[in-house]
Amino acid sequence: MIRVEGVTKRYGPKIAVKDVSFRVERGEIVGFLGPNGAGKTTTMRILTGFLPPTTGTATVAGFDVSQNPLEVKRRIGYLPETPPLYPELEVDAYLRFVARIKGIPRREIERRVDCVVRRTSCEEVRRTLIGKLSKGFRQRVGLAQALIHNPEVLVLDEPTSGLDPKQIIEVRRLIRSLAGEHTIILSTHILPEVSGTCGRVIIINEGRIEASDTPENLTAQVQGADAVLIDVEGPEDGVRGRLESEEGVRQVSRESARDGRCVWRVEVDKDDRIPRRLAEAVVNSGWGLYSLQPLRLSLEDIFLKLTSHEKAAVDGDAPGADQVPAAEAAPSERADEEAKQA
Amino acid sequence: MRHVLTIAMREFKVYFTSPIAYIVLAMFAVIFGYFFTAGLAFFLDYSANMSAQGGGMGAPPLNVNQFVIEPALGNMSIVLLFLAPMITMRLFAEEKRSGTIELLLTSPLRDYHIILGKWLGALLLYACLLLVAVVNISVLFVYSTPDWKPLAVSLLGLLLMGGTMLALGTFLSTVTKNQIVAGALTFGLLLLLWVLNWISSFESSMIGRLCEYLAISPHFEQFSRGVIELQDLVYYFSAITLGLFLSKRSLESLRWKA
Repeated sequence: MIRVEGVTKRYGPKIAVKDVSFRVERGEIVGFLGPNGAGKTTTMRILTGFLPPTTGTATVAGFDVSQNPLEVKRRIGYLPETPPLYPELEVDAYLRFVARIKGIPRREIERRVDCVVRRTSCEEVRRTLIGKLSKGFRQRVGLAQALIHNPEVLVLDEPTSGLDPKQIIEVRRLIRSLAGEHTIILSTHILPEVSGTCGRVIIINEGRIEASDTPENLTAQVQGADAVLIDVEGPEDGVRGRLESEEGVRQVSRESARDGRCVWRVEVDKDDRIPRRLAEAVVNSGWGLYSLQPLRLSLEDIFLKLTSHEKAAVDGDAPGADQVPAAEAAPSERADEEAKQA
Repeated sequence: MRHVLTIAMREFKVYFTSPIAYIVLAMFAVIFGYFFTAGLAFFLDYSANMSAQGGGMGAPPLNVNQFVIEPALGNMSIVLLFLAPMITMRLFAEEKRSGTIELLLTSPLRDYHIILGKWLGALLLYACLLLVAVVNISVLFVYSTPDWKPLAVSLLGLLLMGGTMLALGTFLSTVTKNQIVAGALTFGLLLLLWVLNWISSFESSMIGRLCEYLAISPHFEQFSRGVIELQDLVYYFSAITLGLFLSKRSLESLRWKA
């Protein structure tokens, strides 16, 4: 459905996207994942025909975006990062305007507007001025706008940014419900979005594709490793030494310490019996075991590993320097996300 | 064509959902009303004097077209100099600022659909201004018998002159995200083009004649007398084409720079 081959985009001396190639098959949901400024928006703009690539080719449904932009635009629904809304129009009037410029025949316009309004649950605001809508509704109207000509391909640039947790869940559900009939590319820097909605993830950093696979495979591929958080009361050095000497343990780092108790993060090989052995080791040494929590390396960790390895190679003299903050940052971010999910 | 009309109608409606149309129309109605009333009062006074002295005996009566309509529409063109930037400054600058330009540029539209549509939308609002003038002038038809043909030609001239100003304004609106900048640039350019022919009164060289030809206002003079000259038509049509062509180029460059 979508083929991108060797696409590079320069703005003057700055390279925004460098030699990017990927394919998306019909009906897939693909997530672009990357930090801000990684080149996600540029890549999407090239696909939608808003920007021409400097070199390389991109085709959508067999049409080249540079040579046949009108055919491509007819087949793409695009939701930019800020939904392109006219605040002085009512939702209905806006959608009718979009329907007309997308080339929908006059007699079908009402039917299409009804359809997308229902699809995005915007019925109650049809007669409201867009300028008066809440952020959540604006995003939904933005989606309605992208869907109005029933495009084969949907390109959504950070569809959930700035929404509250409830709205995020609604929008994600909506996107999932669109799978199958539409091919969807969405970009995000929020990870659960990808694992929750996308069949495939393309991790992009500094204009380059770092990895491309299913969320599960990525998790498995990056490491055959897990981590365990273990809360122990006991002498710090002793505990560290004991944990490190255990078979299958790769690295031990202290997460926090309080009243003679420490929370350790223990990176271990993938082996179900390791937590049990760690528990035994602690208890047999006569220390107090307060909690033991196996952590699966989440997409966050993978993401941080992938997007920071280049830096690690540059700062080669300080190995792992970038991984310590990564490890510290991950649990708190995850907690945020869990709060959002709840 | 359908796309052009869709864009034009949206632009036209936006003027009326925002205060712009009302401000421009009200300002124009007041100022044109003043010029027209003052001109008419002067004309009545003058013709009363003439008949009181009896000096007009045998001579043809004073011409309403020449003494009322022509100066009023002539003055009107100066007012338009100020109003045209207000009409065009938002056309592209607003969409660039708010990001809605992305919607237009990722829709299956050609650049000329967008530019022609926006220019037509602005021209429609401008035509409403002319309508206000026509309402004023139509009073004359109740009490007198002015010739309608020179009036029609003047209106055509005003439409072409306005179209030129709006086309240049449309172009300058594509070069910036800032409406004030677009408005100021447009006003500056139009004012310069307005006074460009002043130089020709003392400069009779090639440059002087070039300036005379490039200026906007002299080309309207023939129209206001009810005369359609080919060179004036050529001037206005080529100026409009140039403005719209530059807009298209500028819109294209947006894609490369964005």
